[in-house]
Amino acid sequence: MTEGTATPRWVDRVLTINGWIVFLFLYLPILVLVAYSFSGSSTVGIWGGFSFQWYRQMFGNEALMDSLRNSLVVALISTVVATVLGTAAGIAIDRYRRWLGRRTFDALLYLPVIIPDVTMAIMLLLWFTTINLALGLSTIIISHIAFNISFVAIVVRSRLAHLDPSLEEAAMDLYASRWKTFRRVTLPLIMPGVLGGALLALTLSLDDVVITQLVQGPGATTLPVFVFGLIKRSVTPEINAVSTVMLIASMVLVFVSLGFQRRGERYD
Amino acid sequence: MTLLDDKPDRDTEAANPELERKAERAESWRGFFHALPSFVYLIFFFALPLVIVLVVSFSGRKGTGSPSFDDWTLDAYRKLFDTTVLRIAWRSLTMATLNTVICLAIGYPFAYWLATRSKQSTRNLLLVLVLIPFWSNFLVRTYAWRILLDSDGPITRIGEATGLWGKLLFTQPAVFLGLLYGYLPFMVLPLYAALERMDWSLVEAGRDLYATGWGAFRRITWPLSRPGVIAGSILVFIPSLGAYVTPAILGGAKTTLLGDYIVTQFTSARNWPFGSAVSVVILTVMLIATLVYFRTGARTL
Amino acid sequence: MTETAVGIHGVTKRFGDVVAVDNIDLEIPDGEFFSLLGPSGCGKTTTLRMVAGLEFPTEGSIKIFNEEMALRPPNKRPVNTVFQSYALFPHMSIADNIAFGLQMRGVNKAEITQKVNEAIELVRLSGMENRKPKQLSGGQQQRVALARALVNRPKVLLLDEPLGALDLKLRQAMQLELKDIQREVGITFVYVTHDQEEALTMSDRIGIMNEGKLLQIGASEDIYENPNSRFVAGFIGETNFIAGTVAEEGAVRLSNGVAVKARTFSGAGSEVTVTLRPEKIHLHQTPDTARPGYNTVPGKVSRRIYYGESLYYEIDIGTGDLIDARVENVPSQARYEAGDQIVIAFHPEAAEALTE
Repeated sequence: MTEGTATPRWVDRVLTINGWIVFLFLYLPILVLVAYSFSGSSTVGIWGGFSFQWYRQMFGNEALMDSLRNSLVVALISTVVATVLGTAAGIAIDRYRRWLGRRTFDALLYLPVIIPDVTMAIMLLLWFTTINLALGLSTIIISHIAFNISFVAIVVRSRLAHLDPSLEEAAMDLYASRWKTFRRVTLPLIMPGVLGGALLALTLSLDDVVITQLVQGPGATTLPVFVFGLIKRSVTPEINAVSTVMLIASMVLVFVSLGFQRRGERYD
Repeated sequence: MTLLDDKPDRDTEAANPELERKAERAESWRGFFHALPSFVYLIFFFALPLVIVLVVSFSGRKGTGSPSFDDWTLDAYRKLFDTTVLRIAWRSLTMATLNTVICLAIGYPFAYWLATRSKQSTRNLLLVLVLIPFWSNFLVRTYAWRILLDSDGPITRIGEATGLWGKLLFTQPAVFLGLLYGYLPFMVLPLYAALERMDWSLVEAGRDLYATGWGAFRRITWPLSRPGVIAGSILVFIPSLGAYVTPAILGGAKTTLLGDYIVTQFTSARNWPFGSAVSVVILTVMLIATLVYFRTGARTL
Repeated sequence: MTETAVGIHGVTKRFGDVVAVDNIDLEIPDGEFFSLLGPSGCGKTTTLRMVAGLEFPTEGSIKIFNEEMALRPPNKRPVNTVFQSYALFPHMSIADNIAFGLQMRGVNKAEITQKVNEAIELVRLSGMENRKPKQLSGGQQQRVALARALVNRPKVLLLDEPLGALDLKLRQAMQLELKDIQREVGITFVYVTHDQEEALTMSDRIGIMNEGKLLQIGASEDIYENPNSRFVAGFIGETNFIAGTVAEEGAVRLSNGVAVKARTFSGAGSEVTVTLRPEKIHLHQTPDTARPGYNTVPGKVSRRIYYGESLYYEIDIGTGDLIDARVENVPSQARYEAGDQIVIAFHPEAAEALTE
């Protein structure tokens, strides 16, 4: 594929140098952060010998652990609900071409993806206040589901678009009911998309700061919001340790999602 | 499209246009019901909240800052023209635009380089290396710069040692660096997707027809990658405009951006209608930007 | 008395303003290999899909062995389809693909295994049971699709251009194999194709469709020798079209003024097109060497093309277009050069004067 591009050698060399610079730019800050998390010094930017003390402190911090637990609960629940609803929505858009309100729904699905999260945060805050819903873990979950449905729907829909509709016709031709067709043919084949969407939803939920901060109310909080608060108050090396753990978790998710993608390609 | 699955008494009739219409309607309802739960959810927790923002932006306010819903006024919108507000808006707009342009300037060659590596395995590996920062927690990635730019941070010390720069933290350049760092992957990935999908034999054909390297790029590659450029630009511009975390961590009092400003209206500044008005303006800008995107023929993000 | 396997009466399918299938009537007896033949967009696939249950007819009745099925969903019909893209389930093995229909009908496991093995042997794919479709060649995938349908012993098998994706040699081999399998299994086959050679060689009867209408039904020979319209004559095999006017019953005056004897179907004075197939034309030096009773028309050879097993002559007889004549490449046939003045001869029965 790329043999035909024939970029002149010097251009290619410049591009390669640019490439490595960008990679350096992307990774250096993260690597520095990870390095400092193991630093024994209590001043954040100064190295003070190798130490696990910040990690120990982190695990002993009850408020932090609570917020972590909340994050996981919120992420899990909102991911599951958003995945189910989003998958159904993706199917509705791709496999059914004419129904009441389809075009409106299509537009509505795209909005949460492009809207800045600040706007979404105040929207939901205003709404919860208007309908008198008490702010807390439940409003956090509700909000996360609201923006995640769209992401799942988009991923599932693009996966469906690549699925030959005659496969489902063949299943029905072979005596399968609609439900059996879905369970034995459609679902297994879009599963990489469903899982990809779920993973995206999980990440977005674990990442979210603004929306959660505004709709969480006075009580429980999630990990990123807790860390955000810590950062704004005063920067301590403990934050470095928390950050490193969060980074590793993200990386694990990347590799898991790649695993699913590889599985999906096996059938193409 | 098939038929009325569960009408046994109908099984022995011949077809007629009325029954065909019934079958089409049944199919249509099936589609509707698949979407119904999400539809209801999004109406209730997205569309209606949007309406509320609009409504609140026109309402008066109580002492606590929340809307009063008794008196209607354009005060919030009038406040938009205050110098402070305009300055903040202008700052945000310029930051967002500058960020988008620089991300494009750096990101396009980078994506092009990625897409033109000849071996699929190399491309996959490089793509994974880009995905890792992309999926990493945004807060953490921004925080990393907080450390680098702090008074004892490595970058500050290098700057002081070479005499090139002093402490950058809490200044506008710091926020800009944070935005660039945060959103660069959002520009690279759609660009890479568009370039990777491209049919490079078209470039070959162009070369065959005597185009120079630059000419082939300008008239073949660039236009074909435009959907990716537009998608990437939108994915960078809109979040940059509404950036909250980045200026909160890396910026200071003098570098307030729209995102933070809006949130303050709902917390310390206690002026919900005004916060809503600003949001309405941002939403309108965003809507225009996306309409431009879809008008250029792109159908998916 | 053979039963009617497929009875299509008054079936129409409209998509908005477009009439895809226009009021067709068709009866296919049990055990027949029937082909629906026509150019792309003629409505043959839509018709097939309505028999399968994948499309809802706008009007009409579709009966399988006298049971009305027009409204029945595809999973309740005793018919199975072989799709053009094969539609093999990529995430299942060959054996699971074939077993699918039986599983859906609740057949017990032991019976399923036995039937699947029989089917795999029938299409000569033994040993491939556990492979995935992606690992098979196009021809092998096609046979899996066939086995997957046949294992359910449907009353009618529908095939939608199943050989389209195969290369020529493989396609010809598969045509014969399909015909053999059909005879062996004894099921009614309804076969859709745009390839007239395929239809001619495989079918017991052919139905020619164009623009939604069913133009002519008949056995291969019948359609070939007695096309009822210009379209059918032109679609099947090669034909020459010569304009003329009917002089009286059985006689036509061609546009070059020459009078010939031909089969006529309209009254004197009507404008007709005389259809004449290239292989029915003999070439002679002079009219007297032509066989008795044959029409003779003088002409000049314009070009000769060598096809190996035959020679094609393009001949100008003064009617506007050139006439194609096909002559076998045997020593007994004289060869002519471009520019030669010759006489073409043909039997009156070989020429039809058609009005449409």
